[in-house]
Amino acid sequence: LAEPNPTAQTTVKCTTCYMCACRCGIRVHLVEGDKGPEVRYIDGNPDHPLNQGVICAKGSAGIMKQYSPARLTQPLLRKPGSERGAGEFEPISWERAFDLLSERLAHIRATDPKKFALFTGRDQMQALTGLFARQFGTPNYAAHGGFCSVNMAAGMIYSVGGSFWEFGGPDLERSKLFVMLGTAEDHHSNPMKTALSKFKRAGGRFISINPVRTGYSAIADEWIPIKPGTDGALLMALLHELVRTDTLDHAFLKRFTNAPQLVVLDEGEREGLFAFDPDPAKGPPGDGRNPHNKLVFDRTSGRILNAYPEGIADGCDPALDAPPEGHYTLADGTRVVPAFALLRQRVLSCTPEWAQAITGIAADRIRLLAQELGHAALTQAFDLPIPWTDAWGKKHPTTQARPLAFHAMRGLAAHSNGFQTVRSLAVLMSLLGTIDAPGGFRHKAPYPRHIVPNYRAFNDPDMVKPNTPLNAAPLGFPASPEELAIHADGSPIRIDHAFSWEHPLSAHGMMHNVITNAVKGDPYRIDTLLLFMANMAWNSSMNTMAVRESLNRKDEQGEYMIPFLVVCDAFQSETVAFADLVLPDTTYLERHDTMSMLDRPISEFDGPVDSVRVPVLQPLGECKPFQEVLVELASRLKFPAFTTPEGGRKFKGYTDFIVNFEPQPGIGFLMGWRGENGDQHLRGAPNPKQWEAYAQNNCVFHYTLPENMHYMRNWNRDYLDFAKDKGWRQRNDPVQLAIYSDTLQSFRLAAQGKTKGRQPPEHLRERINTYFDPLPFWYAPLEDAAIDLKAFPLNAITQRPMAMYHSWDSQNAWLRQIHSHNYLHVHPSTAQAAGVADGGWAWVESHWGQVRCMLRYSEAVEPGTVWTWNAIGKGDGAWHLAPGSDEARKGFLLNHLISEELPLPQGAGAPAGAKVSNSDPITGQAGWYDVRVRIRPAEPEEAAQSFPQVDTMQPVPGVRGGVAQVMRFFAGKSKP
Amino acid sequence: MIQWLKDLMQGHAPAPVSPHLMEPGGGGGAAQAVDTDTPTLARQLALVIDLNVCVGCHACVTACKQWNTSGMAGPLSDVNPYAAEPTGTFFNRVQTYEAGSFPNTDTVHFPKSCLHCEDPPCVPVCPTGASYKREADGIVLVDADKCIGCKYCAWACPYGAREFDEASGVMTKCTLCVDRIHNPLLPEADRKPACVKACPTNARLFGDVKDPNSEVSQAIRERGGYALMPEWNTRPANQYLPRRVTPAAVAPSAPPSV
Repeated sequence: LAEPNPTAQTTVKCTTCYMCACRCGIRVHLVEGDKGPEVRYIDGNPDHPLNQGVICAKGSAGIMKQYSPARLTQPLLRKPGSERGAGEFEPISWERAFDLLSERLAHIRATDPKKFALFTGRDQMQALTGLFARQFGTPNYAAHGGFCSVNMAAGMIYSVGGSFWEFGGPDLERSKLFVMLGTAEDHHSNPMKTALSKFKRAGGRFISINPVRTGYSAIADEWIPIKPGTDGALLMALLHELVRTDTLDHAFLKRFTNAPQLVVLDEGEREGLFAFDPDPAKGPPGDGRNPHNKLVFDRTSGRILNAYPEGIADGCDPALDAPPEGHYTLADGTRVVPAFALLRQRVLSCTPEWAQAITGIAADRIRLLAQELGHAALTQAFDLPIPWTDAWGKKHPTTQARPLAFHAMRGLAAHSNGFQTVRSLAVLMSLLGTIDAPGGFRHKAPYPRHIVPNYRAFNDPDMVKPNTPLNAAPLGFPASPEELAIHADGSPIRIDHAFSWEHPLSAHGMMHNVITNAVKGDPYRIDTLLLFMANMAWNSSMNTMAVRESLNRKDEQGEYMIPFLVVCDAFQSETVAFADLVLPDTTYLERHDTMSMLDRPISEFDGPVDSVRVPVLQPLGECKPFQEVLVELASRLKFPAFTTPEGGRKFKGYTDFIVNFEPQPGIGFLMGWRGENGDQHLRGAPNPKQWEAYAQNNCVFHYTLPENMHYMRNWNRDYLDFAKDKGWRQRNDPVQLAIYSDTLQSFRLAAQGKTKGRQPPEHLRERINTYFDPLPFWYAPLEDAAIDLKAFPLNAITQRPMAMYHSWDSQNAWLRQIHSHNYLHVHPSTAQAAGVADGGWAWVESHWGQVRCMLRYSEAVEPGTVWTWNAIGKGDGAWHLAPGSDEARKGFLLNHLISEELPLPQGAGAPAGAKVSNSDPITGQAGWYDVRVRIRPAEPEEAAQSFPQVDTMQPVPGVRGGVAQVMRFFAGKSKP
Repeated sequence: MIQWLKDLMQGHAPAPVSPHLMEPGGGGGAAQAVDTDTPTLARQLALVIDLNVCVGCHACVTACKQWNTSGMAGPLSDVNPYAAEPTGTFFNRVQTYEAGSFPNTDTVHFPKSCLHCEDPPCVPVCPTGASYKREADGIVLVDADKCIGCKYCAWACPYGAREFDEASGVMTKCTLCVDRIHNPLLPEADRKPACVKACPTNARLFGDVKDPNSEVSQAIRERGGYALMPEWNTRPANQYLPRRVTPAAVAPSAPPSV
């Protein structure tokens, strides 16, 4: 019996996983089947820096994604005369699809380019998709970050220059205490699991703060349940305690943050901004991007000095607090105070007792937690024998560790108060000196960025012109009202209202607004909407049924409000049914991809890492990678970047584009094996054999920085110079941490009418004034003010199942056996009070809608919260599941309970009935964790199936199919 | 043979046994003295699963499935793979339990597969000899050619670890990836069960529990490894490592106010 298994004799090809956004290195073991190679086994690549040989449940189920019967295989065009959503299609050739699309897009581009909108879902090539939109000349571009995690990204980047997950994370190898607030367990996935395990085994202490104890929280040493949307109150109370007990890293605050810098108190256009030296040699004033011209009060000399380098010279002692008279006075009479003094004032009222009433966490526990934080960061600190030099030339003989690490993601991000909550976390980490310190939060290249990053989003309405690329990328980081994407009258340029006064810092765009706004014609109608890997007709929308209705809505002339919808997906998703044109994408095993430093690389703490996918199988049917589609369209439309000076086609296809496209000389999508001979790294001429070099090296390039560049990179002279030289940043200025955000204050001043520049429309003044507070603060999620909290007393949230990645796994025969349907998890006392039995059917109602689902009792949830798994419920027949499958009949979405809009508070100038996106007022992050609900038992006579139900989706032409009642998958022997 | 099984096979009612799912601290390796006529093997391969770090990600579940469906024991069938009530043959499953009451709730992710008992009750009940325990390494296997699908072994197994494959009509179970671990065609580093290789938290240790110097034996000794339901006297080879809590490094500085 123990004969060696012949199936070990396989061909092994390395590539990169895409069963989720983690992007692990994998080895795909192939055996010959009767129609060519078949996947026998996928394991983690032991030589890959990200996962070091391990693999997760999704990655191990890649075979079932590859052979899914839901695979699309050919381009499809909605049948003339058929209703959108009915799913009646005729197969067409790619040539026809390209002709049709390029003709339509060429017309839009030649007339009014903004009428084309490109929104991508879990896109990992935004450097290409963003370039496509920019070259097309439309500002209407974004990926899914606006409803995923922009609060986390923006809140951290605007405060410390980097954020959790891809661009930074907890250094658990050197930490002693790890605090996780909420999370989404594929942000970060395998590396987080591996690090957590090593951390615990090394004796580290892990505290999870979460309304629910599942997943990572299950192995926490202590679980601190918290009410959703209140993390900001907890963090403010922790700040209160740290400041009250003077548990602070004073030296760090004075040298590396803006805490000692002097803020103007006098009323007027400089109010609340940093005072600065008017000497132009010190740099341009007040744009938040220049640390060198600010001022401090030196307690040693009793004088006002330039913050840098004078204020940090040996012997100087910048004041953190105000003098007894309450302020310092500049030579011109201006009253100023250190930023930290304003923070001290801010946190004064945020007592643990105040936070207890909001969070449900006992005040004593909050006080102890603050002590634990301080003990880990300050008492347990140690030095690493790594000398480094800071931005002002000071040589530090060692690197000080701050062994206190945090991680956070969804639980903070997906609330409408998420930006300020994340800011409060970033400020807390800064007060304890844990930023890019050993054992604390550490950056990953190309981060840290400047605060604010030197990437301005497109914002010039006059530059939306026929046949003309935009003069800036559609997405970026506004630093002041002058950088908003608005017209002279203050109205939005973009269809999603991103970068408008409604959501000024919406750095990831606002995909969740696109369909609602396009149908309202607010601010204008569009012609063509191209969606890639975004399931907007189902789990990727708030208020799913309304969005489905919107997609089908027609104007008085009988034309669809969104006239042409193009959907690119590999599978028969719910959204495919609504498409006018369907473009069949490949799987990740059938294509080239890049995880680029221009975009979302997979860098490690010790240096930049980029990686690729290479095809290990031929595309199924006529499937074509979306990247190839974009390069083909860009070439046909003769975008300048894709066209030779002679007017010919510049790139043969995607792989040629990746090798030869250079946004700056010597810098391309891939940083490894550059130069004509492939012997230059990070920067160098294009290498025609670059793909081969990656393929021969596990599809990954990892550049390990010298040890003196591993830490303190916000201020690390060697690193900053190196990063500028390699094109990762535009300047080599240090990145001072924003304890106090003058960027936010610049918007507030505009709202207060104190500046001469752009000011918000009347009805948004109070909103901007309230939320653009330069200091972090906690406010209740915005839905609370729009509904009757007594009628809807419970919070409802989702958790991300580790064995599933959104809807893209619902067609996976193995993964759907782990989660074929979901329950609402409710504390027994809450369920019993509502009269619902364990396992019983219940109605869950919000102010906005209702669902019927099955309920499960759980002791692992805070009694005021109910939760379910995210994106398990499916539309009947979608994803080629048989009608009546568990996903459709027993599974459900929480999305039906969430509104995509909220009423604008009626104040000065607000139009009657005015609405605004249900999002964070600063970043536009969708507030889908804010929803409040109540539960009641379903009646005995009601159907034992989830509500709402949708019409059964019919199989589209060419869908792979081949479903048997019993599947006996055996690679190389039988067809799946 | 273990007494309760002898009684059962002789038509006597078995002695009552504890219904406890887990009995921490009761095992401690193979040290427990039991009434047995089963010879003790010199080598016993097994898994030791660290519940202190398992986050319930199911990596072991699907890694096992993909290796074994196309391997020696495969195919592992799936019934209704794309329809209502999908079920399939999985050698390894993760169950999740809650223990305690809010807010002192523990959520325990509990991976479970065949425990490769030293005195496996599934073996003597097999009428055809299809179920057997290998002398060389202690792995309990089912010979599919001899199995008639009578399911006696599934009834005898107190752990519910057997998996009846509906499509092939034979009983299946974890093989400890016997076609990997002894396979000279695989690189040395890959000669491990698929679940062990996959596990992102390295919660699954694999080795010879009879070798006192092995990683698994050391882990059992040093970390309080325990066997499931030792009162059944099956002497499971697989063991579990319990949760460990690292307390706060600081005590409250003042007595708690009320």
